[in-house]
Amino acid sequence: MKVDVDMSICLLHGQCVIAAPEVFSFDDDGGLVWVAEVDEAQRADVEAAADACPEQAILLG
Amino acid sequence: MTAPRITIVGASLAGLRTAEAVHAALPAARITLVGDEPLAPYNRPPLSKEAAETLARDTAAREAVFGKLLLRSKLSPAALSLRLGSGAVALEPGGVRLADGALVPGERVIAATGLRPRRLPLPGAEARRHVLRSFDDLVRLAPSLRPGARMVVIGGGFIGCEIAATGRKLGLEATIVEPSPQPMLRALGPRVAAAMAALHRAHGVVLLTGRSVAGFSDEGVILDDGQALAAEVIVEALGSHPNVEWLAGSGADLRDGVLVDDRMIAPGAEGLMAVGDVARFVNPLFGPEARRTEHWCVPGQTAKRVGETLAAEATGTALATRFAPMPSFWSDQHGMRLQAFGAPYLADACRVLEGELSLVGRAPVIVEYLRGGEPVGVLGLGANPAALARARARLDAALTETLTA
Repeated sequence: MKVDVDMSICLLHGQCVIAAPEVFSFDDDGGLVWVAEVDEAQRADVEAAADACPEQAILLG
Repeated sequence: MTAPRITIVGASLAGLRTAEAVHAALPAARITLVGDEPLAPYNRPPLSKEAAETLARDTAAREAVFGKLLLRSKLSPAALSLRLGSGAVALEPGGVRLADGALVPGERVIAATGLRPRRLPLPGAEARRHVLRSFDDLVRLAPSLRPGARMVVIGGGFIGCEIAATGRKLGLEATIVEPSPQPMLRALGPRVAAAMAALHRAHGVVLLTGRSVAGFSDEGVILDDGQALAAEVIVEALGSHPNVEWLAGSGADLRDGVLVDDRMIAPGAEGLMAVGDVARFVNPLFGPEARRTEHWCVPGQTAKRVGETLAAEATGTALATRFAPMPSFWSDQHGMRLQAFGAPYLADACRVLEGELSLVGRAPVIVEYLRGGEPVGVLGLGANPAALARARARLDAALTETLTA
């Protein structure tokens, strides 16, 4: 499945980094980075991350 | 077996996430989501921040602002029956009685009725007095947020501090009246609260601490020391009451919210569960006391637990894990992000891990909160998210250790 983040609305709360640390992380400058294509096995974590995003900035495809 | 009917009361973030969790656990369940507001579930935190700013600048932008607040749902309309515009008035043996007289059947009822703002029980200045909990509250408030207007915020908690900061951004004069010695004192502790007070003052907010409101006049508020503050806008931000009146006589323990066990089930009231900020539960990360938690993360965490409980019941198995969710909350004030994990309010001490509290708002600060020498919380003030994530991971490890100890 595809993972994207709308960086025009992301406010770096970091809830996705907690919910799905294998998919979302911060680089040393505090920028959000993510894996754009993940296995079905990670669907639950990625959906939890999308639900936990206070800005609803995570788009799953 | 017929499909179970599950009625969720409260068309909020908690209600919606619970509906999704119930559907995932019991795909055949017939789920009804009842709400007193006529609006579909929406996100509340921006009401005191971005949404207030946008709507104040353009009061015609109502639909656009609401569109951003509206919560996306994974559920198809067929999977969820939404019943909006009439709140619950009683829990009855067959289901939930609504204000319009209808009975919504449900073998299982899940309370997600949340909170309502506490009001000062004093008459006067009604047309100028506001609260900020619902979208309607914001629609009523926004036209008065005009540059140059004088705003008095009663209560220096998070909502009060946020709307004062938003007011300053919009060019209002803003005064916060707070009975305790610092704003956000209970949540943040004396050192961080003092630093936040300095940030507010640096941005032109007048902080009247140690003062309370004794009454209202036609021109504004009157303080307990007799001082009169003229104000075109008065915001009452005094905390909240849990909406539990509809559960009176249900058998549930309703002292400060609805007491629920580790499965989100309310002991004493058959078929009743509760989620979100109306639910009072024990979080074993922080000791044996049951507490309500008014953070944005709680709806999602408690909803997920409901799903786990229902799935375990359906398969006749025991719950595999304890319910020990890590709390987190944030606030945005004067362009600075405050973000916390754990329970800083339980701490008896704090230490600065990074930066300096005298520089709050100008340089990143990370603070660790301790209770009896053990970490219970971590807080970032304008912190680098990566550094804060590392501090949070250390807290997580320390708290999990307490859990297994």
